[in-house]
Amino acid sequence: MSLVVIKMTSNEKKLSKYDIDATEHPAIDLSSISSEDKKSLEEVGVDFDNIKQTRTATFIQKDQSVINIDQQNEGLEILDINTALKKYDWLREEYLWKSVSPDKDEYTEAAHKFPVQGYFIRASKGYKGGNIPVQSCLYIAQDNLMQRVHNIIIAEEGAELNIINGCTTSVTVKEGAHLGITEYYVKKDAKLTFTMIHSWGENVLVRPRSAGVVEENGLFISNFISLKPVKSIQSYPSIKCNGKNATARFYSVVASFEGNELDLGAEVVLNGEASSGEIISRAVCHGGNIIARGRIIGNGKRCKGHLECDGLILHEEGTISAIPELHGNTNNAELSHEAAVGRIGQEKINYLQARGLTEEEAVNAIVTGFISLDIPGIPDSLNDKIEEAINSYGDAMF
Amino acid sequence: MNENDLMIQLKNVEVTVGDSVLLSNINLAIPYGETHVMFGPNGIGKTTLLKAIMGLPPAKVTSGQIIFKGKDITNWSIDERARDGLALTFQKPPEIRGLKMNDFMNMYGSYEDEEVESLNMSYMIERELNDGFSGGEIKRSELMQIRAQKPQFVMLDEPESGVDMEHMDIIGKSINNLLQRDKMIYERKTVSGLIITHTGFVLDYVNAEKGYVFNRDGVICEGHPRDIYQHIQKDGFNQCASCMKVADFADVFGSD
Repeated sequence: MSLVVIKMTSNEKKLSKYDIDATEHPAIDLSSISSEDKKSLEEVGVDFDNIKQTRTATFIQKDQSVINIDQQNEGLEILDINTALKKYDWLREEYLWKSVSPDKDEYTEAAHKFPVQGYFIRASKGYKGGNIPVQSCLYIAQDNLMQRVHNIIIAEEGAELNIINGCTTSVTVKEGAHLGITEYYVKKDAKLTFTMIHSWGENVLVRPRSAGVVEENGLFISNFISLKPVKSIQSYPSIKCNGKNATARFYSVVASFEGNELDLGAEVVLNGEASSGEIISRAVCHGGNIIARGRIIGNGKRCKGHLECDGLILHEEGTISAIPELHGNTNNAELSHEAAVGRIGQEKINYLQARGLTEEEAVNAIVTGFISLDIPGIPDSLNDKIEEAINSYGDAMF
Repeated sequence: MNENDLMIQLKNVEVTVGDSVLLSNINLAIPYGETHVMFGPNGIGKTTLLKAIMGLPPAKVTSGQIIFKGKDITNWSIDERARDGLALTFQKPPEIRGLKMNDFMNMYGSYEDEEVESLNMSYMIERELNDGFSGGEIKRSELMQIRAQKPQFVMLDEPESGVDMEHMDIIGKSINNLLQRDKMIYERKTVSGLIITHTGFVLDYVNAEKGYVFNRDGVICEGHPRDIYQHIQKDGFNQCASCMKVADFADVFGSD
């Protein structure tokens, strides 16, 4: 099966034009981070105050250097990927490039060919992260850099792990590229939530290539928030629910602006008996083009899947294409989808106006409501971060 | 009546929807502190008239004037009217996903928890606006929402339809309170109302001053609402039409 191809209109810069060599940055204490960097990082959910209470671990990568790595809890291990690969032979043998193939496309090839940085996070058997997340941040500060990242996340049997991952650029970066490979391994009875907040520069090319495996009774939840202008993102993580009762859920909330190209989606392959998947996306187009994909493949007995792609077009030249795909390969798979794309119904705007909101306030309230996804199963602290991102989008937009 | 005593006045209003004139020659005059009731057969355009007063499309006032508190608001935007004191409950409000009712009310107005409790709405105040609301829940939610507006001119479109017996009383009392009917007469000067009713139930709670029967040609009868309601119950609206032929309703069309 191949992806439905929709021609994007942008003339993307060739990958070879980005710089490979990155200036080294020394490791620093979080308290001594520059105010400029701090501001960028805070926008994507990085906490600096009381982090002993609010975060179980921190990982910050600036360009190709890890500038801060810190952990507080036993049972949780966080290392930069290169150190981890030296320390654990099994990591290379059993996990590295096992979910994503290096020859998938030019981006995975580049991430394979050139030196990478990134993190290795492992929650040991039975580890309970509770409601306190690990925070990680991938940050580009060098203009025209091609940032390469390879992350591996393992939630061992019965572990519970929450990660909030911020992706951002310094205001001084005019152009850049981010190639990020993330491999997720959710073992039996384990739970992993991965919340990403993106805030890239207007001329940054973003190419995450992520995939993973969920085993018996395991749960994987991905939240993807991108509400700031970005030149181009193309992301299509794929999760295989291999175990019995394995579950994968994807939630995404995105906005595009003039000249932006967002090609986003997720794939869930339901191999396990009674495995289930859900892909919910909300897209708001203020200009530019959005493709919202979703594909659920039902192979396992009694598997269940649901897709929802909803899009609001707020600009006359913007486009949204919703491409839901369902493939039932067994007679007792239960797969469904809903998709709706269009402008805001005038009767909704008028209704709110009839209570006293101006037309602009009414549109703002409707759009903010539209993207306020109620995501089950994630800690309040992460919900708060998502809400913050949504509110700051609302404030900036209307 | 002196125009200064009128909260709202419709002068020879013609209402058009699309290309067709739905209502013409509508004259109404509602003094400060009074509540009037509209009767008329289904489909005659009562709801459309309320929408036109609120400025809601597709209803359009194509001739005549709407005078509110002495100002000509015929061409005002919907929200300008709402902020100046007009309020309307919707029969079929749209669902607004992700917008919680309490958050919404705080955007444009304010409310007391007691008001929410008295409408038996505490359990639904954090629900998304009109998301899966039953017929009765919509009526209570609409009433609660306009309460939060602190309106001066209250338009209620069949506030009783779809409401179960248990909530009839709750809604009736809340309307009565909103329209200041529970205050002394000399205190009822800041809120006026216009109510559409089919069942007449609201008359059991709201002692309205005046009732109208109208059809496409305008107001064809006015009188005490309970009298009118009794006649309609007995003889239907056809009687109103024939009644009009014999009676002299010279002063029916407005008070000016």
